[in-house]
Amino acid sequence: MSNKQLSTAILCMVFAVMVACKAKTSDTQIQTKVSEQLSTMPEVTADVKDGVVTLSGNVADDATKASAEATVKSTEGVKSVVNNITVMPAAPPPPPATDPAAAINTADEALRTGVTNISKDFPGADIKVDAGIITVTGALSATKWKMLKQALDALHPKKVDASGLKVK
Amino acid sequence: MSLQDKYKELIDTARSAGTGNLQVNEQEGVLHISGEAPSGAVKDNLWNIYGKIDPNFLSGDVVMDIKVATAVEGAKLEVVTQSSNLNVRKGPGIDQPVIGKAAHAEVVTLISKHSDEWWLVRTKNGEEGYAHAQYLRPVE
Repeated sequence: MSNKQLSTAILCMVFAVMVACKAKTSDTQIQTKVSEQLSTMPEVTADVKDGVVTLSGNVADDATKASAEATVKSTEGVKSVVNNITVMPAAPPPPPATDPAAAINTADEALRTGVTNISKDFPGADIKVDAGIITVTGALSATKWKMLKQALDALHPKKVDASGLKVK
Repeated sequence: MSLQDKYKELIDTARSAGTGNLQVNEQEGVLHISGEAPSGAVKDNLWNIYGKIDPNFLSGDVVMDIKVATAVEGAKLEVVTQSSNLNVRKGPGIDQPVIGKAAHAEVVTLISKHSDEWWLVRTKNGEEGYAHAQYLRPVE
Protein backbone atom coordinates (compact mmCIF):
# COMPACT_ATOMS: atom_id res chain seq x y z
CA MET A 1 0.00 0.00 0.00
CA SER A 2 1.49 3.25 -1.06
CA ASN A 3 1.64 6.28 1.12
CA LYS A 4 -0.95 7.93 -1.03
CA GLN A 5 -3.35 5.03 -0.70
CA LEU A 6 -2.79 4.98 3.07
CA SER A 7 -3.48 8.66 3.43
CA THR A 8 -6.63 8.31 1.33
CA ALA A 9 -7.77 5.47 3.54
CA ILE A 10 -7.09 7.51 6.68
CA LEU A 11 -8.90 10.44 5.13
CA CYS A 12 -11.88 8.22 4.38
CA MET A 13 -11.91 6.87 7.91
CA VAL A 14 -11.72 10.36 9.41
CA PHE A 15 -14.50 11.44 7.10
CA ALA A 16 -16.64 8.44 8.04
CA VAL A 17 -16.17 9.19 11.73
CA MET A 18 -17.07 12.81 11.13
CA VAL A 19 -20.23 11.78 9.29
CA ALA A 20 -21.11 9.37 12.09
CA CYS A 21 -20.56 12.12 14.62
CA LYS A 22 -22.69 14.48 12.60
CA ALA A 23 -25.54 11.96 12.52
CA LYS A 24 -25.38 11.64 16.25
CA THR A 25 -26.90 14.90 17.56
CA SER A 26 -24.99 16.20 20.53
CA ASP A 27 -26.58 16.53 23.98
CA THR A 28 -26.21 20.29 23.77
CA GLN A 29 -28.14 20.38 20.52
CA ILE A 30 -30.85 18.16 21.96
CA GLN A 31 -31.01 20.33 25.04
CA THR A 32 -31.55 23.41 22.88
CA LYS A 33 -34.28 21.77 20.81
CA VAL A 34 -36.05 20.24 23.79
CA SER A 35 -35.99 23.50 25.70
CA GLU A 36 -37.49 25.22 22.69
CA GLN A 37 -40.28 22.67 22.47
CA LEU A 38 -40.98 22.86 26.13
CA SER A 39 -41.12 26.64 26.10
CA THR A 40 -44.90 26.45 26.45
CA MET A 41 -44.46 24.46 29.65
CA PRO A 42 -42.26 26.61 31.83
CA GLU A 43 -42.85 24.34 34.81
CA VAL A 44 -41.11 21.40 33.08
CA THR A 45 -37.32 21.15 33.04
CA ALA A 46 -35.28 18.77 30.88
CA ASP A 47 -31.82 17.30 31.38
CA VAL A 48 -30.05 15.58 28.54
CA LYS A 49 -27.33 12.98 28.93
CA ASP A 50 -26.20 10.64 26.14
CA GLY A 51 -29.40 11.30 24.22
CA VAL A 52 -31.58 10.40 27.20
CA VAL A 53 -33.86 13.21 28.27
CA THR A 54 -34.96 13.35 31.87
CA LEU A 55 -38.02 15.48 32.45
CA SER A 56 -38.85 16.89 35.85
CA GLY A 57 -41.02 19.52 37.45
CA ASN A 58 -44.58 19.90 38.66
CA VAL A 59 -47.55 20.04 36.34
CA ALA A 60 -51.25 20.39 37.01
CA ASP A 61 -52.49 17.24 35.30
CA ASP A 62 -51.61 13.93 33.64
CA ALA A 63 -52.39 15.29 30.17
CA THR A 64 -49.67 17.92 30.46
CA LYS A 65 -47.20 15.31 31.72
CA ALA A 66 -47.96 12.99 28.78
CA SER A 67 -47.85 15.79 26.24
CA ALA A 68 -44.45 16.94 27.52
CA GLU A 69 -43.09 13.40 27.09
CA ALA A 70 -44.58 13.03 23.58
CA THR A 71 -43.17 16.38 22.49
CA VAL A 72 -39.70 15.48 23.69
CA LYS A 73 -39.75 11.93 22.29
CA SER A 74 -40.29 13.15 18.75
CA THR A 75 -37.25 15.41 18.95
CA GLU A 76 -34.41 14.38 16.66
CA GLY A 77 -31.58 12.62 18.44
CA VAL A 78 -33.54 11.73 21.58
CA LYS A 79 -33.00 8.08 22.40
CA SER A 80 -35.39 7.81 25.26
CA VAL A 81 -37.27 9.88 27.78
CA VAL A 82 -37.33 9.44 31.52
CA ASN A 83 -40.49 11.13 32.67
CA ASN A 84 -40.01 12.25 36.27
CA ILE A 85 -42.68 14.94 36.09
CA THR A 86 -44.92 14.97 39.11
CA VAL A 87 -48.57 15.76 38.78
CA MET A 88 -49.61 18.18 41.49
CA PRO A 89 -52.90 19.89 40.92
CA ALA A 90 -52.68 23.51 41.93
CA ALA A 91 -54.44 23.77 45.29
CA PRO A 92 -57.88 25.11 44.46
CA PRO A 93 -58.84 28.18 46.50
CA PRO A 94 -60.81 26.84 49.46
CA PRO A 95 -64.54 27.32 48.94
CA PRO A 96 -65.64 30.36 50.94
CA ALA A 97 -68.26 28.41 52.85
CA THR A 98 -65.75 26.03 54.44
CA ASP A 99 -63.12 28.64 55.19
CA PRO A 100 -63.78 29.60 58.80
CA ALA A 101 -62.44 33.14 58.38
CA ALA A 102 -64.63 33.73 55.34
CA ALA A 103 -67.63 32.23 57.11
CA ILE A 104 -67.13 34.67 59.97
CA ASN A 105 -66.89 37.52 57.49
CA THR A 106 -70.14 36.52 55.81
CA ALA A 107 -71.85 36.16 59.17
CA ASP A 108 -70.48 39.56 60.20
CA GLU A 109 -71.77 41.08 56.95
CA ALA A 110 -75.26 39.82 57.73
CA LEU A 111 -74.99 41.06 61.31
CA ARG A 112 -73.75 44.48 60.15
CA THR A 113 -76.64 44.87 57.71
CA GLY A 114 -79.05 43.98 60.51
CA VAL A 115 -77.34 46.36 62.92
CA THR A 116 -77.43 49.20 60.37
CA ASN A 117 -81.19 48.70 59.98
CA ILE A 118 -81.68 48.85 63.71
CA SER A 119 -79.12 51.37 64.92
CA LYS A 120 -80.64 54.44 63.26
CA ASP A 121 -83.43 54.36 65.82
CA PHE A 122 -81.05 54.28 68.74
CA PRO A 123 -79.01 57.46 68.74
CA GLY A 124 -76.70 57.45 71.72
CA ALA A 125 -75.72 53.84 71.26
CA ASP A 126 -72.60 52.86 69.39
CA ILE A 127 -72.96 49.35 67.97
CA LYS A 128 -70.07 47.37 66.57
CA VAL A 129 -69.84 43.89 65.07
CA ASP A 130 -66.77 41.70 65.25
CA ALA A 131 -66.45 37.93 64.81
CA GLY A 132 -70.13 37.34 65.51
CA ILE A 133 -70.15 39.46 68.67
CA ILE A 134 -72.15 42.68 68.88
CA THR A 135 -70.69 45.28 71.22
CA VAL A 136 -72.88 48.12 72.42
CA THR A 137 -71.45 51.20 74.08
CA GLY A 138 -72.82 54.64 74.83
CA ALA A 139 -75.90 55.49 76.87
CA LEU A 140 -79.55 54.52 76.50
CA SER A 141 -82.70 54.61 78.59
CA ALA A 142 -83.72 51.25 80.07
CA THR A 143 -86.77 51.05 77.77
CA LYS A 144 -84.77 51.82 74.65
CA TRP A 145 -82.06 49.38 75.61
CA LYS A 146 -84.60 46.61 76.12
CA MET A 147 -85.97 47.26 72.62
CA LEU A 148 -82.48 47.34 71.19
CA LYS A 149 -81.43 44.16 72.98
CA GLN A 150 -84.51 42.35 71.64
CA ALA A 151 -83.76 43.52 68.11
CA LEU A 152 -80.07 42.59 68.35
CA ASP A 153 -80.77 39.14 69.81
CA ALA A 154 -83.08 38.45 66.87
CA LEU A 155 -80.04 38.74 64.57
CA HIS A 156 -78.57 35.63 66.28
CA PRO A 157 -75.19 37.00 67.29
CA LYS A 158 -72.79 34.89 69.33
CA LYS A 159 -73.05 37.40 72.10
CA VAL A 160 -74.31 40.91 72.81
CA ASP A 161 -71.70 42.62 74.91
CA ALA A 162 -73.17 45.64 76.68
CA SER A 163 -70.59 45.89 79.45
CA GLY A 164 -69.63 49.34 78.16
CA LEU A 165 -73.21 50.61 77.97
CA LYS A 166 -74.69 53.07 80.44
CA VAL A 167 -78.35 52.45 81.16
CA LYS A 168 -80.07 55.62 82.35
CA MET B 1 -73.72 28.11 88.92
CA SER B 2 -74.36 27.12 85.36
CA LEU B 3 -76.18 29.44 83.00
CA GLN B 4 -79.08 27.00 82.75
CA ASP B 5 -79.44 27.19 86.55
CA LYS B 6 -79.14 30.97 86.58
CA TYR B 7 -81.89 31.30 83.98
CA LYS B 8 -83.91 28.31 85.17
CA GLU B 9 -87.03 30.40 85.80
CA LEU B 10 -86.84 31.83 82.29
CA ILE B 11 -86.43 28.43 80.64
CA ASP B 12 -89.13 26.83 82.79
CA THR B 13 -91.58 29.63 82.01
CA ALA B 14 -90.85 29.43 78.29
CA ARG B 15 -91.50 25.71 78.42
CA SER B 16 -94.67 25.86 80.50
CA ALA B 17 -96.09 28.74 78.43
CA GLY B 18 -96.03 26.50 75.38
CA THR B 19 -93.18 28.08 73.47
CA GLY B 20 -92.92 26.15 70.24
CA ASN B 21 -89.65 24.76 68.93
CA LEU B 22 -87.91 25.92 72.10
CA GLN B 23 -84.15 25.62 71.85
CA VAL B 24 -81.80 26.23 74.72
CA ASN B 25 -78.10 25.70 74.32
CA GLU B 26 -74.92 27.07 75.70
CA GLN B 27 -72.12 28.16 73.38
CA GLU B 28 -68.89 29.81 74.44
CA GLY B 29 -70.33 31.00 77.72
CA VAL B 30 -73.52 32.36 76.23
CA LEU B 31 -76.95 30.79 76.65
CA HIS B 32 -78.89 30.87 73.39
CA ILE B 33 -82.66 30.66 73.77
CA SER B 34 -84.99 30.65 70.81
CA GLY B 35 -88.53 29.62 70.06
CA GLU B 36 -92.00 30.74 69.10
CA ALA B 37 -94.18 32.12 71.83
CA PRO B 38 -97.91 31.49 71.46
CA SER B 39 -98.63 35.19 72.01
CA GLY B 40 -97.05 38.60 72.32
CA ALA B 41 -97.87 38.59 76.04
CA VAL B 42 -95.82 35.42 76.58
CA LYS B 43 -92.89 37.00 74.74
CA ASP B 44 -93.15 40.14 76.89
CA ASN B 45 -93.33 38.03 80.03
CA LEU B 46 -90.20 36.09 79.06
CA TRP B 47 -88.30 39.31 78.49
CA ASN B 48 -89.48 40.60 81.87
CA ILE B 49 -88.21 37.46 83.59
CA TYR B 50 -84.90 37.75 81.75
CA GLY B 51 -84.66 41.38 82.91
CA LYS B 52 -85.40 40.35 86.49
CA ILE B 53 -82.63 37.72 86.58
CA ASP B 54 -80.15 39.93 84.73
CA PRO B 55 -81.04 43.56 85.47
CA ASN B 56 -80.82 45.66 82.31
CA PHE B 57 -79.52 42.65 80.34
CA LEU B 58 -75.95 43.75 80.95
CA SER B 59 -74.25 40.41 81.67
CA GLY B 60 -74.19 39.48 78.02
CA ASP B 61 -74.59 35.79 78.86
CA VAL B 62 -77.93 35.31 77.08
CA VAL B 63 -79.05 35.79 73.49
CA MET B 64 -82.82 35.34 73.38
CA ASP B 65 -84.78 35.28 70.15
CA ILE B 66 -88.44 34.71 70.86
CA LYS B 67 -90.78 35.14 67.94
CA VAL B 68 -94.53 35.31 68.22
CA ALA B 69 -96.36 32.45 66.57
CA THR B 70 -99.50 34.47 65.93
CA ALA B 71 -97.59 36.79 63.61
CA VAL B 72 -98.97 34.98 60.56
CA GLU B 73 -100.24 36.38 57.30
CA GLY B 74 -103.41 38.37 57.78
CA ALA B 75 -102.67 38.96 61.47
CA LYS B 76 -103.21 42.37 63.00
CA LEU B 77 -100.07 44.05 64.24
CA GLU B 78 -99.76 46.96 66.58
CA VAL B 79 -97.13 49.60 65.91
CA VAL B 80 -94.97 49.58 69.03
CA THR B 81 -92.66 52.50 68.40
CA GLN B 82 -91.90 54.62 71.46
CA SER B 83 -93.99 57.53 70.23
CA SER B 84 -93.02 58.27 66.66
CA ASN B 85 -94.51 57.13 63.38
CA LEU B 86 -93.27 53.94 61.79
CA ASN B 87 -91.84 54.28 58.31
CA VAL B 88 -93.39 52.09 55.65
CA ARG B 89 -90.91 51.58 52.85
CA LYS B 90 -91.01 50.56 49.23
CA GLY B 91 -88.63 47.68 49.79
CA PRO B 92 -87.00 45.79 52.67
CA GLY B 93 -84.14 48.02 53.85
CA ILE B 94 -83.58 51.43 55.36
CA ASP B 95 -82.10 52.59 52.08
CA GLN B 96 -85.52 52.14 50.49
CA PRO B 97 -87.75 55.17 49.99
CA VAL B 98 -90.47 55.81 52.56
CA ILE B 99 -93.86 55.47 50.90
CA GLY B 100 -96.05 55.82 53.96
CA LYS B 101 -96.24 56.06 57.72
CA ALA B 102 -98.05 54.12 60.38
CA ALA B 103 -98.79 56.05 63.54
CA HIS B 104 -97.67 54.94 66.98
CA ALA B 105 -100.15 52.35 68.33
CA GLU B 106 -101.87 52.07 64.96
CA VAL B 107 -102.94 48.57 63.95
CA VAL B 108 -101.69 47.31 60.59
CA THR B 109 -102.18 44.04 58.73
CA LEU B 110 -99.38 41.59 58.03
CA ILE B 111 -99.30 40.64 54.36
CA SER B 112 -96.13 38.57 54.34
CA LYS B 113 -92.74 38.28 55.96
CA HIS B 114 -89.84 39.13 53.70
CA SER B 115 -87.39 38.15 56.43
CA ASP B 116 -87.30 38.07 60.21
CA GLU B 117 -86.62 41.78 60.10
CA TRP B 118 -88.73 43.16 57.28
CA TRP B 119 -92.43 42.52 57.03
CA LEU B 120 -94.78 43.61 54.27
CA VAL B 121 -97.76 45.33 55.87
CA ARG B 122 -100.89 47.23 54.92
CA THR B 123 -101.62 50.36 56.92
CA LYS B 124 -105.00 51.69 58.00
CA ASN B 125 -104.92 53.98 54.94
CA GLY B 126 -104.37 51.06 52.62
CA GLU B 127 -100.69 51.78 51.92
CA GLU B 128 -98.64 48.64 51.41
CA GLY B 129 -94.95 48.52 52.14
CA TYR B 130 -92.18 47.11 54.28
CA ALA B 131 -91.74 47.92 57.94
CA HIS B 132 -89.19 46.76 60.47
CA ALA B 133 -90.59 43.82 62.46
CA GLN B 134 -88.95 45.16 65.59
CA TYR B 135 -91.76 47.72 65.90
CA LEU B 136 -94.64 45.40 65.15
CA ARG B 137 -96.35 43.28 67.76
CA PRO B 138 -99.18 40.88 67.06
CA VAL B 139 -102.46 41.97 68.60
CA GLU B 140 -103.97 39.27 70.74
